[in-house]
Amino acid sequence: MFHALSDRTRRDILRRVLAGEHSVTALAARYQMSFAAVQKHVAVLERAGLLTKRRSGREQLASGDVQAVRSVASMLDELEAVWRGRVARIDALLT
Amino acid sequence: MPVTDITKDAERRTLVITAEFAAPVERVWALYDDPRQLEQVWGPPEYPATFVDHLLSAGSRSTYFMTSPEGERFAGYWDITGVERPVRFTFRDGFATADLTPDPNLPVSENEFAFAPTPTGTRAVYTSTFGSAEALEKVLEMGMEEGARTAIDQIDGFLAGSARPV
Repeated sequence: MFHALSDRTRRDILRRVLAGEHSVTALAARYQMSFAAVQKHVAVLERAGLLTKRRSGREQLASGDVQAVRSVASMLDELEAVWRGRVARIDALLT
Repeated sequence: MPVTDITKDAERRTLVITAEFAAPVERVWALYDDPRQLEQVWGPPEYPATFVDHLLSAGSRSTYFMTSPEGERFAGYWDITGVERPVRFTFRDGFATADLTPDPNLPVSENEFAFAPTPTGTRAVYTSTFGSAEALEKVLEMGMEEGARTAIDQIDGFLAGSARPV
C-alpha cells in the first residue's frame, strides 16, 4: 500500500480519481508518458486496493477508494499521536 | 511546544519526530539510561510500562511489559544495536510473549533515537521504520491505541511543565 503511494504520478492519479471517476484514457492524456506507463501506475494503485476499475464499453473507468486511502494516512497519524504523547511525557519529566 | 517537526515517509514507512527539550543532552540521555524514568514515558498513563531488564549497551536486550486498565499485560523487547553515549542509540523494538520471549511472528520496528545540544537544551530526533505496511498496521493494532488520549496527555504534560516553580 505504501509502495503504491510512493510515486508522484501515482499520487497525482489517485488525487484525480478520488475526486471522481476518470477513464484511463483521460488520465493518460494528463501526463507526459505513454498510455502503457499510466496504465501500469493505475494497476499498482488497483493492486494496493486504493483504486477500483470498471469497464464501460471500450473504456476502463477508474475511481479512488476513499476508505483505503484514509487508512494509510490514519496509520501514520496514529503513530504520530503515540509519539506526541511520549514527547509530552518526556517534557513533563524533564522540566 | 516540544514537538517541532513531524515527517511521515510513506514510501519508507518511516516516522520522524523532532522535539526540543529544555534540558541538556546528558539529562535526556539519563532518562533512557534509567529504566525507572524510561517506563514513565514509554507507555501511556493508562498502559503503564514496566521495564524488567534494561541496559543501554550494544548487544543488550531490554524487556518490558505494558499493563492495560483491565490488568492484561502486553510484553515487548528492545534489541539494542548501537550506542553512542550520549548522542545516539539504535534498537529493534518487537513484541514478546507473556514470559518476555521475543515473538518471531510479530513485526519489529527499527528505531534511532538521536540527541543534539541546542542553545536552550536538546533537540531529539526519533526515527521509527517498519518493514511493511502490514507491520505498521499490526503495531498500531497491538496496544498503541493511544491516539484519542494524546490530546489529554499533551495538556497534562503542558500543565506539569508550566506548574513548576520558575
